[in-house]
Amino acid sequence: MTIDWFFILEKILLISGVLAISLIVAMYSTWGERKVAGVMQDRIGPNRAGFMGLLQPLADGGKLFFKEEIIPGSSNRFLFILGPSLAMMVACMTSAVIPWGDTLTIAGRTISLQVADINIGILYIFGVVSLGVYGIMLGGWASNNKYSLLASVRAASQIISYELAMGLSLIALLMMTGTLSIKEIVEQQRHSLWNVLYQPLGFLIFLVCSFAECNRTPFDLPEAENELNGGYHLEYSSMKLGFYLFAEYINMFISSALMSSLYFGGYSFPYMDSLGLSPNLTTILGTVALFVKIIFFLFFFMWVRWTIPRFRYDQLMRLGWNIMIPLALANMLITGAIVLYRSTH
Amino acid sequence: MGMSLQQIVFGVLSIISIISALGVILSKNPVTSVLCLIVTFFTIAGHYIMLNAQFLAVVHIIVYAGAIMVLFLFVIMLMNLNAEIEPQKRSWLKYAGAISGGALLLVLLAALREASVSSLQPGAVEIGLISNLGKTLFSTYVLPFEVSSILFLSAMVGAVVIGKKEGHES
Amino acid sequence: MQALTNRAKPVDRRPMTFMEKIYLPAIAKGMGITLKHIFQKKETVRYPEQKRPFSPVFRGLHVLNRDAEGRENCTACGLCAVACPAEAITMEAAERKPGEENLYREEKYAARYEINMLRCIFCGFCEEACPKDAIYLTETFAPAHYKREGFIYGKKDLLVPMPGEKK
Repeated sequence: MTIDWFFILEKILLISGVLAISLIVAMYSTWGERKVAGVMQDRIGPNRAGFMGLLQPLADGGKLFFKEEIIPGSSNRFLFILGPSLAMMVACMTSAVIPWGDTLTIAGRTISLQVADINIGILYIFGVVSLGVYGIMLGGWASNNKYSLLASVRAASQIISYELAMGLSLIALLMMTGTLSIKEIVEQQRHSLWNVLYQPLGFLIFLVCSFAECNRTPFDLPEAENELNGGYHLEYSSMKLGFYLFAEYINMFISSALMSSLYFGGYSFPYMDSLGLSPNLTTILGTVALFVKIIFFLFFFMWVRWTIPRFRYDQLMRLGWNIMIPLALANMLITGAIVLYRSTH
Repeated sequence: MGMSLQQIVFGVLSIISIISALGVILSKNPVTSVLCLIVTFFTIAGHYIMLNAQFLAVVHIIVYAGAIMVLFLFVIMLMNLNAEIEPQKRSWLKYAGAISGGALLLVLLAALREASVSSLQPGAVEIGLISNLGKTLFSTYVLPFEVSSILFLSAMVGAVVIGKKEGHES
Repeated sequence: MQALTNRAKPVDRRPMTFMEKIYLPAIAKGMGITLKHIFQKKETVRYPEQKRPFSPVFRGLHVLNRDAEGRENCTACGLCAVACPAEAITMEAAERKPGEENLYREEKYAARYEINMLRCIFCGFCEEACPKDAIYLTETFAPAHYKREGFIYGKKDLLVPMPGEKK
């Protein structure tokens, strides 16, 4: 077996590219969040660092780097450091199976703009996302602070509860598409309508659950400042705090990418194949289309955050268990019935 | 070196899994134990992938590492167990544990000696894929599969019953 | 009890309808409102470049006045300190020596005159109490300091500069 060095090089480049892009997008999401919050409250938002405040994320990052790093004396030192690292690592791992575009053909080589097209892509994402809770739990527990512990317990139960509804809403989509590979799901949408038209309820459930999974408002109970003094990262300072905050934005980016790919056609756009453009150009345009969709969803996340107040914890649990899961089950049942009907007729 | 890439990966995975499994039982801190167990699950998932059972590997991670161990960790963190609080175990308990564990090992060894592991064909990369697995589950093994679902249902009913009881009393 | 105004509205306690229960229309409405605000006029005043005008009756930091010949008006009578409800003003009087007529207008002057800007409530009573037109409130406010001492304004902070002299 000869090792295809170009293949490895290509993948390494792609992985670093995807990582760099997700970090940059996460960086500018912090800027975007503050800008969106500003304009929605009739303010301007950051506008001092650079043109329109565009250097603000760099300033924030620099600030976090130079802050004093405090590790509480009574904390479990190893786990205290492991927590944010795990949160960041898990957040970055998800991007591997998302198809960022179709294939490019450069010098006779076909390069797929997806790090790994594994046939169980969605399950992989579920596996990684379900690990995301460890970062929060370990950090919260290792801080040896009751507020942190309460917040991490909240986070864990919230994430586990909403993972169920999320999985059930995806099962309906999987029954319809018949595949677990995200790339194939996108390719199917390229030649027909977007899945959101077939699965409006499923998309809604997925959307709500991804808000809960990312700990975003209205489900940001793990970070409820007024009850928990800041949440699971209460004892964290410096870049470790930065990692937690950053992981949240990367998660937002990834779930936006996932929602775009699963329900909104991913890198495909209408009349993609009838424009008569060269394949490479179409691929690039497709990637641009994907990023437009992602940016819309990121904006949506922020838009919701600055509109809807936080749920109470019992309301959150009731919504998850009493409404979302039955709805997802019903959606699954209806989809199953339709799939069965269509396969027999 | 006569070792192929697969053998190297297998060796590394096995060593990590044995070390972390030892960590589970030897560590004093329950949280560290749980973390070691999670690492063990990961290495086992790695073994599944090497056996071309990707679906099983991912489901193993989702279910064990992602859900069950989270609950374990949850309980341990809330009870805040540590070495000082933990009741001192009597020495006969340790001996009993060692003997019963040894007996289990013996039974397992005997069972493994009898069982013949069908060797994997190098071409059988498709065997662990989800479509094949689904077809097998719903044709050959449909009865055990459905029976196990009843088991889950009964567990759910039990959980609901316990939850209801608490609600009435308070 | 009779209502003071007719604006009170009874609380609607009817059970929620289905449309209200699914919350989504209300959420959409709320999101419409926030979206609308994106395009509305921004209220921000970009401070150092853009300053809000003070009202004509604004009372800010004090100054101690000089007369047309550049002599200090203040005669350390202490009426301002008596009038001050916050007891922010302290002073020490001194007698004018021969040869200092070009510095102080009256025979007595304030050797020390301090206003604690952290106590001052900027009511302007000192200005009204002064029989010599010596103290005035201006249209600036006290800048920030790192220490409390910085807010105790002495004579050198309060006196208007001599004509032709840079402060």
